[in-house]
Amino acid sequence: MARYWDKAVETIGATALKKLQLARLKNTVECALRTPFYQVRLKKAGINSSRDIKRLEDIRRIPFTSKDDLRECYPNGLLAVPLDDVVRVHTSSGTTGTPTVIYHTKKDLARWTDLVARSIVATGAGPSDVFQNMMTYGMFTGGLGLHYGAEAVGMTVIPMGGGNTRRQVQLMKDFRSTILHVTPSYLLHIHSKLSEFGIAVSDLNLRKAYLGAEPYSENTRKKAEQLFTIDAYNSYGLSEMNGPGVAFECEYKRDMHVWEDTYFVEVIDPRTGEVQPDGKEGEVVFTNLTREATPLLRYRTRDIAFLHKGLCECGRTHRRLSRITGRTDDMLIVNGVNVYPSQIEEVIMRIPQVGTNYQIHLEKEGTLDKLTVKVEIYSKMFSGNLSEIDALRERIKDDLRAAIIIHPGVELHEPGSLPVFEGKAKRVVDLRVKL
Amino acid sequence: MKLTQVSVFLENKKGRLYDVCAALSAGKINIRALTVAESDNFGILRMVVDKPEATAALLKKKGFISNFTEIVAVEVGDKPGGLARVLKVINQNSLNVEYMYGFTEKLTDTALMVFRFDKPDAAIRILKKNGIGVVSRKEAGEL
Repeated sequence: MARYWDKAVETIGATALKKLQLARLKNTVECALRTPFYQVRLKKAGINSSRDIKRLEDIRRIPFTSKDDLRECYPNGLLAVPLDDVVRVHTSSGTTGTPTVIYHTKKDLARWTDLVARSIVATGAGPSDVFQNMMTYGMFTGGLGLHYGAEAVGMTVIPMGGGNTRRQVQLMKDFRSTILHVTPSYLLHIHSKLSEFGIAVSDLNLRKAYLGAEPYSENTRKKAEQLFTIDAYNSYGLSEMNGPGVAFECEYKRDMHVWEDTYFVEVIDPRTGEVQPDGKEGEVVFTNLTREATPLLRYRTRDIAFLHKGLCECGRTHRRLSRITGRTDDMLIVNGVNVYPSQIEEVIMRIPQVGTNYQIHLEKEGTLDKLTVKVEIYSKMFSGNLSEIDALRERIKDDLRAAIIIHPGVELHEPGSLPVFEGKAKRVVDLRVKL
Repeated sequence: MKLTQVSVFLENKKGRLYDVCAALSAGKINIRALTVAESDNFGILRMVVDKPEATAALLKKKGFISNFTEIVAVEVGDKPGGLARVLKVINQNSLNVEYMYGFTEKLTDTALMVFRFDKPDAAIRILKKNGIGVVSRKEAGEL
């Protein structure tokens, strides 16, 4: 029998859902009209108050919001409440040096936590589980998001965060962890290390893994499930929509239920903006129907996916979102961290010792991603001194790390040795093979 | 007297060192001393040649980046304790050696070592005062 966190909402009928969504949309529009950004944007579209939203379909009168809009609003352009009411800030890297920011009130965090708890229970987990959170804590929403949801469910939470594989495995063994929250590539990496640590899968007590933060194939899921004898569930979220808990797989593992009481989801043609019918692939667009601090209306995620037509056997009425099959932009996902080539370019262009030609190389090192930035050394800057060049490389590494969070490799090359392109340069060479 | 060393930035790529030597060969340039300092994916080739300016021009034409560095070629007794004697003087006078390497040929019956000092003029003065031979440009050309 299916277990629910909030049965009434999870099995809500179509009419009741629409009614709830409309009421919440009106609230959100009122919130949005308190922000400098939407005051201009919505009024231009003829929406001066929530009374201008009469039916749910009126949402289509609201213009889309993009990541660039968010960046231009940094830091306060989308803040709808007094700063005194804000209890948490999450920033994420923008496509360039300017980040994007999402504010949360106490109520916002409580709602987010509630959705994550709902997601966890939908997988069949409960208070008797021991939950080891291997996602990074901090600005990245994956860590804190699942953390509070797991506590709300009543699980025993091990807030380990990312990295330090030996310690991860030790804790898994000592505390009999039953559920991991982890990127699929790191989960496979852990398995490759077990024999080195002298630990067998049978020494562990794993039952489930929540896999998120990076796209992966059904084959990767099956592989992870077989290697650890577990059930692995797909998780979807983005910091603009709080983080994890936007869509999650239930125990049937047939794609992810979008919690439609909170997230109004549309799939559009990325070129025309036209809303697509269920079953058809397109760019996923979300409206957060409950957030007060940073309301976001019709936010274009740049993720490509589709919504399933049919209902799920679990009894939940919320539609299911497919895996993300691609992006409408050039964003790279490297070990779960989102990276834009433009961020890397910005760093390179700031450093006078290197030329303007560069290349971003991605490959697999075992199951993990390895990012290497190749730059050409600028001939006038060559002094013949090895330590100067080593220092230059360290500086590029540090600057890149500050900009894109992850530790890239940096290779220095002779001028003219990287390919030169006429017209649109092909800067990214992605040699990662699908696992 | 200071000599001119040519330093070349080399990517760690197959055949790159050969490319330099082939270019020098075609330009009839003779390498007197040579060493390679290496890092992860690149190295720096350092050499003393008979025609440094012509070498730099030639390498530039071939797309290499190079630079001149002032070095001192020091006569070192080719017997036990020869290098130690020179280094003792260097040490006592607090001269800083950034790197050093050996010549392949001899001018007289003493061995020759290339020294890169942070203060080459001071180093030459002190070495000479202590009776240690320093090779002149003319002598280096005759090697």
